[in-house]
Amino acid sequence: MTSGPLRSDGVGSAAALPITVSNIRKNYGNYRALDDVSLDIHSGEFLTLLGPSGSGKTTLLMVLSGFVRPDSGSVRFADREVVLLPPHKRDIGMVFQNYALFPHMTVAGNLAYPLKLRRVDRAKIAERVEKALDLVQLGGLGARRVDELSGGQRQRVALARAVIFEPRILLMDEPLSALDKNLREQMQLEVRRLHDRLGMTTVYVTHDQREALTMSDRIAVLDKGRIQQIDPPQALYDNPKTHFVADFIGESFSLPVTICDGGATLFGHPLHLPHKITGSAPHFLVLRPEKLTLLPEHPTDAAAGINEIKGQVRQSVFHGDSVMIYVAVRDGHEIALRVPHRGKVTLPQPGDHVSLGYGVEDTIVVPATMPVEGGMR
Amino acid sequence: MLRRPATSTQITHLQRLWLYILCGIVLLYLIVPTLLVIPMSFSGSRFLSFPPETWSLRWYKAYFSSAEWRAATWVSLQAAVCTTIVATITGTLAAYGLHCSRLRITKLLSVLLVLPMIIPVILIAVGVFMLFAPMQLNSSLTGIVLSHSVLAIPLVLITVTAGLRNFDLNQEQVARSLGASRPKAFLTVTLPQIKNSVLSAALLSFVVSLDEVVVALLIAGGDVATIPRRMFLALRDEIDPTIASISTILILLSILLLGLSQFLDRKRSK
Amino acid sequence: MRDAESGFRLNEASLVKQAFAEQLKLLSLSFPALLLVGFIVLAPIAWLSWLSFVDADGFTLANYERLLNPSYGLTLSTTFQLAFLVTAICVLLGYPLAYIAAQLSAGAARIMLLCVLFPFWTSLLVRTYAWLVLLQKRGQINTWLQDWGFTDAPLRLVYNFTGTAIGMVHIMLPFMILPLYAAMKSIDENYMRAAANLGASPTQAFWQIHVPLSLPGLGAGVMVVFVLSLGFYVTPDLLGGGRVMMWSMQIERSLSVYSDWGAASALGVVLLVITLAMLWLFSRLTGVVGAAAGGK
Repeated sequence: MTSGPLRSDGVGSAAALPITVSNIRKNYGNYRALDDVSLDIHSGEFLTLLGPSGSGKTTLLMVLSGFVRPDSGSVRFADREVVLLPPHKRDIGMVFQNYALFPHMTVAGNLAYPLKLRRVDRAKIAERVEKALDLVQLGGLGARRVDELSGGQRQRVALARAVIFEPRILLMDEPLSALDKNLREQMQLEVRRLHDRLGMTTVYVTHDQREALTMSDRIAVLDKGRIQQIDPPQALYDNPKTHFVADFIGESFSLPVTICDGGATLFGHPLHLPHKITGSAPHFLVLRPEKLTLLPEHPTDAAAGINEIKGQVRQSVFHGDSVMIYVAVRDGHEIALRVPHRGKVTLPQPGDHVSLGYGVEDTIVVPATMPVEGGMR
Repeated sequence: MLRRPATSTQITHLQRLWLYILCGIVLLYLIVPTLLVIPMSFSGSRFLSFPPETWSLRWYKAYFSSAEWRAATWVSLQAAVCTTIVATITGTLAAYGLHCSRLRITKLLSVLLVLPMIIPVILIAVGVFMLFAPMQLNSSLTGIVLSHSVLAIPLVLITVTAGLRNFDLNQEQVARSLGASRPKAFLTVTLPQIKNSVLSAALLSFVVSLDEVVVALLIAGGDVATIPRRMFLALRDEIDPTIASISTILILLSILLLGLSQFLDRKRSK
Repeated sequence: MRDAESGFRLNEASLVKQAFAEQLKLLSLSFPALLLVGFIVLAPIAWLSWLSFVDADGFTLANYERLLNPSYGLTLSTTFQLAFLVTAICVLLGYPLAYIAAQLSAGAARIMLLCVLFPFWTSLLVRTYAWLVLLQKRGQINTWLQDWGFTDAPLRLVYNFTGTAIGMVHIMLPFMILPLYAAMKSIDENYMRAAANLGASPTQAFWQIHVPLSLPGLGAGVMVVFVLSLGFYVTPDLLGGGRVMMWSMQIERSLSVYSDWGAASALGVVLLVITLAMLWLFSRLTGVVGAAAGGK
């Protein structure tokens, strides 16, 4: 679909804008949709707001687009305060969840709409609509009615409509959630390419952590109206700061640990830790299946760089490229390890006792709840 | 409160206050004139005003002591009940048959059945009058019931069809796979689930018959004059205050029926 | 080869026949209702139409030639004027009400709709009677107007065109509001958001997005109100006091006063043709718009 290089003489040459969100609060009755959210979005960055439903991610996007007025706080585009600015004066592109393409206009009519509102002259409009259609590989479909398009095509039209007036900020509200899996993965790449090409600041909302990891420069994880962590995808995956983030991103299994004097013990055994732990709140050890290894039955050298955990195999599940082995450990807890499927390797059978090892740098110990920082940010 | 945005496009309530005021006036226009009849019906004088200068039950006594009005009430109730039965049964059967059948002609037949709602009533009335004359059905309860039923069938058809659209016909297939005959499956599985639509339709038929003026004006003479016919003739000649008391009773009845239909609607949407 | 071929067609004829019989059985459930409607409504009207073209000597257009009399022209123009006026006022009053109701919370909208449904369920005669009492010379409206100093002498509010229009709008308004409300309720709020986001001011978004998307409901409302108004009888007769002559009243007069079946049938056919023509026109107009705006 994406054959040939994207032409660079098309839409969108305007510079991107940075966004500064400070101390945004929004309550619905007693429900805190946004609880003192502050966030710096860099110019030209692709930032994803990730969280479960009800986490406040969509509300935050609505605050940026101007459809929800916060109770307090500030939103600045570059140095301009916009929190009181009505949505139609914000000049930012937005892709809605169900696209919201106007059904009483053709594809070209939808694309021309923002240009007409900006009083672009007619010849220019036709030209830019053509270019925008080419940009999303829908050249020649301008005369189609919206209900004659497939889901993927509507998605592209919505994207084209959001960028045709060269906004310097682009917001997207779960734009791919209505598409099936294959199309979704293809569109993820296309959206990202479009961003790279046009260079505007993009804020993307999703509840799909894989999508977030695939597309983003940075991810802000939200839960209960608060930002839990903002980091590039890999940092978020490898070094989650809270149990929520560790649990939400990627596959993981958590075991409760006991904290004392900056160290931690699991089922009574001390753990080797990459760094000391501050505070004494309840913590969890987070184990990711692909970071565990099967240790030989009689460990020759229980090296200092490895933590070990023993258990009994319960079940192994074949996934094609890998095998997941579920292991019961103490106190009714269960963990799993993923072994690449290479054939000819004898795997432990249900009932076998095994020892699993994981490196010190993969030993993620996180607090059960978000640490309360000294004073509000 | 007024400065809060009313829409997501950030129009405040204050900016569209005029719209709220307009809506308020329209709502008052819709309900107040009718409701004013209620206190006015308790007026003691022949000239009705609000609030009444003197209060009395005079016009209610006039209504209950008039043999003519009592007879009209009896005829109207009989006609309404019979119409409800005829229209609900035939209309529901038609709705079910046309909804389930996959033959092309169903669309045309549905249009035919809705025609009585579209054709001007005066025309139906003239036609009915002409039809009934040689059959001696003018000035008979049968004639009234038949013509009112025809006027009510479109409403029954529309209401019950709407109910059937929300019903999964596969359930009937399941019942039949379990050993129920088609009529049995309809009565034991389908009907209980579209019950509220059918009851709503029955209420509507009742009201249609109770309110019908034009046909009654042409065919319901003599002993079978209905309330609307008597009211219409009384209003055309001079404004008899007895009508205020009858109107009040009818208003209370319609509030009751409206409440009932809302109750059914609510149950249906659950 | 041939065996396989005939195998494909095994029992085909009898299966098709059985399926058809089953469908026919279902269809037959609608026969009682069809019989009633056909016998009581359609057949007499067909007969009436036939009557309008014949007299003792056979085919004639005499009944229609009489309609060229200017007094009928006046009736026709009154009928259309009233229908247009009532429809226009219903749009002006009904659209804002439906617009607000569609945006209110479920509870508030429910109360608003109850207020709209209440007149719907109340007897037509009762409501006409209420207006008759309120609008008469010494009626409540005139009393209030004089008390509050809007006018010195009582206004003529009833037994004329004004009174008829006031009463008819009251009767017709629910028919306008209900389809409008249903249409507006189905407009996704994101359309308005998208318009604002693309730079449309609230006013522009309203006219360019909301109004076109509500057209199916508006079309349905206008159609119902206009067609019902064209054939309306009761309210114009009572509130018009003989000064407002509608086409339907002309039919009744020619029967009850002159016992003239020829004239009545010709008048009836004209009303029927006008009504059906209007319905066709509206469904053409709104059908096209509806198809464009309907798909989501």
